[in-house]
Amino acid sequence: MGERVGIEVSLAASEAIKMANVDVVAAYPITPQTHIVEHLSQLVADGELDAEFIPVESEHSAMSVCCGSSAVGARTFTCTSSQGLALMNEIVFIAASLRLPIVMLLANRSLSGPLSIWNDHSDVMSIRDCGWIQVFAENGQEVFDHVLFAFRVAEDAKVSLPVIVNIDGFVLTHMIEPLEFWDEDTVKKYLPDFKPVNQLHPDKPITMGAFGMPIIFTEAKKAQDEALIKSKTEILKAWKELGDLVGRYYQPVETNHLEGADTVFLTMGSIGETVSLAVNELRSRGKAVGQVKLRLWRPFPFEELREAVKGVKRIIVIDRAISFGGPGGPVASEIRAALYKERTMPAITNFICGLAGRDVTPDDYIKMYEKTEKMTKKKVREEDYIIYGVRE
Amino acid sequence: MEPLNVYASRLITKKEYFTPGHRACQGCAEALAVRLVAKALGKNVVVASATGCMEIVSSPLPFTNWEVPWIHVAFENAAAVASGAEAGTKALIRKGKLTDKGTVFLGMGGDGATSDIGLQALSGAFERGHNFLYVCYDNEAYMNTGIQRSSATPFGAATTTSPAGKLTSGQITWKKNMPEIAVAHNIPYVATACSSYPFDLIKKVEKAARIQGPAYVHILSICPTGWRLPPDKAIWIGRLAVETGVFPLYEVEHGKYRLTLDVGELRPVKEYLKPQGRFRHLTDELVEDIQKRVREEYNKLKIKTTL
Amino acid sequence: MIKSEEELTWKDLEVGCVVSDAGNARQYKTGDWRSLRPICDKTKCIKCGVCYIFCPDMAIRKTDEGYFEADLYYCKGCGICAQECITSCITMVEEEE
Repeated sequence: MGERVGIEVSLAASEAIKMANVDVVAAYPITPQTHIVEHLSQLVADGELDAEFIPVESEHSAMSVCCGSSAVGARTFTCTSSQGLALMNEIVFIAASLRLPIVMLLANRSLSGPLSIWNDHSDVMSIRDCGWIQVFAENGQEVFDHVLFAFRVAEDAKVSLPVIVNIDGFVLTHMIEPLEFWDEDTVKKYLPDFKPVNQLHPDKPITMGAFGMPIIFTEAKKAQDEALIKSKTEILKAWKELGDLVGRYYQPVETNHLEGADTVFLTMGSIGETVSLAVNELRSRGKAVGQVKLRLWRPFPFEELREAVKGVKRIIVIDRAISFGGPGGPVASEIRAALYKERTMPAITNFICGLAGRDVTPDDYIKMYEKTEKMTKKKVREEDYIIYGVRE
Repeated sequence: MEPLNVYASRLITKKEYFTPGHRACQGCAEALAVRLVAKALGKNVVVASATGCMEIVSSPLPFTNWEVPWIHVAFENAAAVASGAEAGTKALIRKGKLTDKGTVFLGMGGDGATSDIGLQALSGAFERGHNFLYVCYDNEAYMNTGIQRSSATPFGAATTTSPAGKLTSGQITWKKNMPEIAVAHNIPYVATACSSYPFDLIKKVEKAARIQGPAYVHILSICPTGWRLPPDKAIWIGRLAVETGVFPLYEVEHGKYRLTLDVGELRPVKEYLKPQGRFRHLTDELVEDIQKRVREEYNKLKIKTTL
Repeated sequence: MIKSEEELTWKDLEVGCVVSDAGNARQYKTGDWRSLRPICDKTKCIKCGVCYIFCPDMAIRKTDEGYFEADLYYCKGCGICAQECITSCITMVEEEE
């Protein structure tokens, strides 16, 4: 059993990265990720972490430096938010196509404009199709665990894909939470040394990043798609091993109060904890409400989701990003698509809330539930999405 | 003028790390420059290439012309990728996971990738002091996408985005002085070279590779296709570029300037401009303006060599 | 590379579309591009190697006797060798066919 401490989640994340013994950190500061990079540079400056800390001149270069360093076989880490992610966008896609096992902590923050430093999921939603493995952490412990999980899965020779761990900006990054560190032996057991599938080295010259003509491009993308889909096997294995070592078992889809529920909330990230308070309250009032939490975003956990919502009559999907002029928030759209061919498709209500850090309380979620109760009674054709709490 | 030892070619290593069968145009002096750099660096190198002519002609999946480790990521980040490869290797060596073989890290890109879209990444890499070599293959336009202007396009040159028209006559700005920008970063070694002077080029690249810290070599790479020249004239026009003072060959070691080829009395610039289709529209007045400015720049450079 | 590009399946591609067969583009016959070919008058050739050093396509090779001749598999017929030859012993002639 490791050390149990109360610590700011950003610092805990940095400590996890230190325990993972990364070789290269290349990152550009952006609120609210700054505490992570600051602490990492201190650890390097103090000799506590033996790594090259590259203070790049932009996020685009951060991801580019990561590509170079991962390509030579170095364990590589970066972190960013919002505009930084947008700036490195093209390289994010390329990193996945090159199958470079880079690990990124994304301190979720709203995409401009207007400029906002506060938390929502619009940044991660802008890279849905990038080809990285994407998971969500709900609290400080999960953040710590998932840093180690991320390196473990990314660098697995059967996977060799970059991994994003989403952690809500400010809400997680700047909170002091109680959590348990791992001890060195446990880390050693869980995370082997990085042995790259492909490595740039003069002894064995290879070409990475050749260009693809129409005759071969489709095959390249199919190969990439298959790799992401198949990575689920190793993801599940890595979570099982993690649980066996430290007693916390993670799943692609986690549930709460599902017994006899005819309505469930579906959440991703830290709001899951807030919603669970609402669910507990509603249950105490006799409502058949439950909660489904999506932890694995890519590869999308189709089977686990369909299993979790079997028999449910309504899903209240909480989105923290808008798709302007589109069919709903990104998560709701994907849930609808995932359930489209099921024999019975539940009603899906999409609330978009918590944009750019606007507080959403358990009371708000209870109000959302009551609104859906009314809708079920009225049997009206529902809106595709509702921006909750907007002043009109 | 240095006497050319005509037999020196036979002393160059025969091994080609950039293999034949590449898809560059006939007579491409940029491909020749890449070939010479590859000979200078040998096999103990990791290359990070930007998108551009040389990347496209040498890496059509599933084929490659490279017999050294080579990576292409995107257009504007060759310097950043090279920085990452260098830093990653440094960390791995220090942590005992790799043996130190003195591998050279090469970032390469065209003039667009270097002085325009990639300038930021290059500046960052220079400032951070990575131990790497950056080579700019300057064919004076975005050739791979169809001869559009770059900041390295010389004044008056016609390109598809700086055409000779009724109101304007080709490129309206003077060529960005990329070697000077490199010097301004206080890096230990900066040099200019041209594939028309192969031994000078090879010597500079070998020297740059041995330097600890960032090194920059700017190679004028004649493009017969884009400059509107017959395919056999690339080497010939490169010599004229140097002999007219348009592209002097020099190196700057720790801030100390030295001409590596003193061409003596400069030939008139119109001898260089006239054979090129891209300058065909120039009036005598414009040619005179160019002559004045070339002489000015050359004199500025000569003064620096005396400091 | 046994399969041609048209035959490659997604399973044939290496991880990350890496090409580990270094230099396999050697098989591409750029000599087909040619409309002129270099002819060397050996009586004038001084075996200096200038043509060899200036060929952008590495298409000049040294024979056993020390002469430098065009590798017609790759030679694109650009004419740089003829232009640069010290003794002007190389001429470009039309390709037959």
